[in-house]
Amino acid sequence: MEAQTLTYIFVGLSFALYIGIAIASRAKSTNDFYVAGKGVNPVANGMATAADWMSAASFLSMAGLIAFLGRDGSVYLMGWTGGYVLLALLLAPYLRKYGKYTVPDFIGERYYSNVARVVAVICLIFISFTYIAGQMRGVGIVFSRFLEVEIEMGVIIGMGIVFIYAVLGGMKGITYTQVAQYCVMIFAYLVPAIFLSIMLTGNPIPQLGFGDKLLNSDIYLIDKLDKTIIDLGFSPYTEYSKSLIDIFCITAALMFGTAGLPHVIVRFFTVPNMQAARRSAGYALVFIAILYTTAPAVASFARLNFIDSVQNTSYEDAPDWFKNWENIGLISWMDKNQDGKMQYSSGSPFVENRPVFSDERGSLGERLLENEANTSSSNEVYLDRDIIVLANPEIANLPIWVIALVAAGGLAAALSTAAGLLLVISSSISHDLMKQTFMPQITEKKELLYARLAAGITILLAGLLGIFPPAFVAQVVAFAFGLAASTLFPVLFMGIFSKKTTKEAAIGGMLTGLVFTFSYIVFFKFISPGLNNSDYWFLGISPEGIGVVGMILNFLVMLLVTKFSKSPPESVINLVETIRRP
Amino acid sequence: MTFWQKNLILLSFLLFFWFLCSFGFGILFSEYISFMKIGGFELGFWFSQQGSIYVFIILIFTYSYLVERLEKKEKK
Repeated sequence: MEAQTLTYIFVGLSFALYIGIAIASRAKSTNDFYVAGKGVNPVANGMATAADWMSAASFLSMAGLIAFLGRDGSVYLMGWTGGYVLLALLLAPYLRKYGKYTVPDFIGERYYSNVARVVAVICLIFISFTYIAGQMRGVGIVFSRFLEVEIEMGVIIGMGIVFIYAVLGGMKGITYTQVAQYCVMIFAYLVPAIFLSIMLTGNPIPQLGFGDKLLNSDIYLIDKLDKTIIDLGFSPYTEYSKSLIDIFCITAALMFGTAGLPHVIVRFFTVPNMQAARRSAGYALVFIAILYTTAPAVASFARLNFIDSVQNTSYEDAPDWFKNWENIGLISWMDKNQDGKMQYSSGSPFVENRPVFSDERGSLGERLLENEANTSSSNEVYLDRDIIVLANPEIANLPIWVIALVAAGGLAAALSTAAGLLLVISSSISHDLMKQTFMPQITEKKELLYARLAAGITILLAGLLGIFPPAFVAQVVAFAFGLAASTLFPVLFMGIFSKKTTKEAAIGGMLTGLVFTFSYIVFFKFISPGLNNSDYWFLGISPEGIGVVGMILNFLVMLLVTKFSKSPPESVINLVETIRRP
Repeated sequence: MTFWQKNLILLSFLLFFWFLCSFGFGILFSEYISFMKIGGFELGFWFSQQGSIYVFIILIFTYSYLVERLEKKEKK
């Protein structure tokens, strides 16, 4: 059977499964719709959280990113897992004990102010929308590469599927579909990784193979990789190339941001009690760690494998996968020294960022480029780092069903994250804005209807962003973390650990964090990208890491304003005491 | 000591390890410990790409276990 047909079957079966689960577990009340009736088993919730958390970017791009960043890629590994410690220790159990439906709900009641609630909703919508647009795009890309439909068509199909199970099932529906999606995703990620690990080191566990000796040799894989890429003019794989302060701040921004992301926090509202919330965060991290500890191993295997099979190989002998991806346009070769062999080294092969193909083929069958050669580097090969995970099964010569599996896994990753985001956006609109602020008299039935309507409209908007992606989407996804770290995290933390923090302090703190972080990012990314280097950064901190500074400012403003404002009412102090009690 | 004070001490203790294994071993003192090796990994590199994640998991389950014991005592 052809790879194409198999992919259709795998993807079709997985979709049928998701929809079946959604119909079986559809929501009957707002309690079901917002928090799955608060009856989800902690292990199941951990799995759903992991699927919610690991997006198209985690599944498709992270290993590729690490393969090319080397040690600098550690910021993502530590940053996107360390936040769960903060969640489990500092936020999740207390927010669960509080026991309402959304993150702005807590902020509104703890800070006895609808203004604080609305500011929190604004932060939440901004964070979640930048994130969801990336997911819909991811769905489109997987569809177009593996099923050969247009990206637009792919986005529409993806929207349709998410619409059915998120609008029908609400939180209850997406929780159990996410459990299924996690299983599909992790299986699809591990199979090629295990094969690659055996192929290179003989060790079937990628996490161990990563630190093992190469097959039939006395050299450690990691030493070989370091030596190979240094010889080619790259900086060493095992050393940081960014400054330590920047590495420190980016990691911290990602950690605190993770702990402040509303679509992650809200998952812990679905379990029965605060003990379950803590344990559930632990299970979530176990399930996430299975992928996150495999990713750096896959990254090193792929980098080494790629160099081994390409460096100084004549184009005629290039492996099939090289030519397949060249045909799609994500790999290119420009024979600068006219020797018919591919030379790979540091530096860009051409002056432009991306290859521009002419319609002609060279004498060896390679696709000719219209780019201007970059004479300062001898590198002839262009490789899009997003293809590492997708190309792995082919690089390792795995059977075609593995390729089909990886396609289904990528879709599961994108759909599960999109559905989770969709739900926090729609519930903050129907619950926080309508029921709690502007239309307090509506009945539960009406509220449920509005929640479904809001989910439907959000899907449409997200789909439009996927079809017509604004140029800035890719650049701002990482900043969602900076914003979450500098706005929501400090306010949630102080809301639990300080009885004295006042509403003026919370509103002032959130706005300070938001304005500072947002303007720093916008200034360096959009207004003066020419100045975006360490000479101009504040203390040498890049826009990716500035959320930490925003967070510190937020805390300072809160402490200061609390001193000068009227202390919170008795009822709020009682509320804080209640949520601290076991 | 009240339950909440004990809880805060436990939290500070565990967060110290959280900081030490990620920001400490993985980033700030990575260079000073890289003479030690685990298999083919230099210790600092291992902490930043594998080890810190394992430590995070252990920390969450340790906290969960210890604080549940505190909570049971408190309820009695």
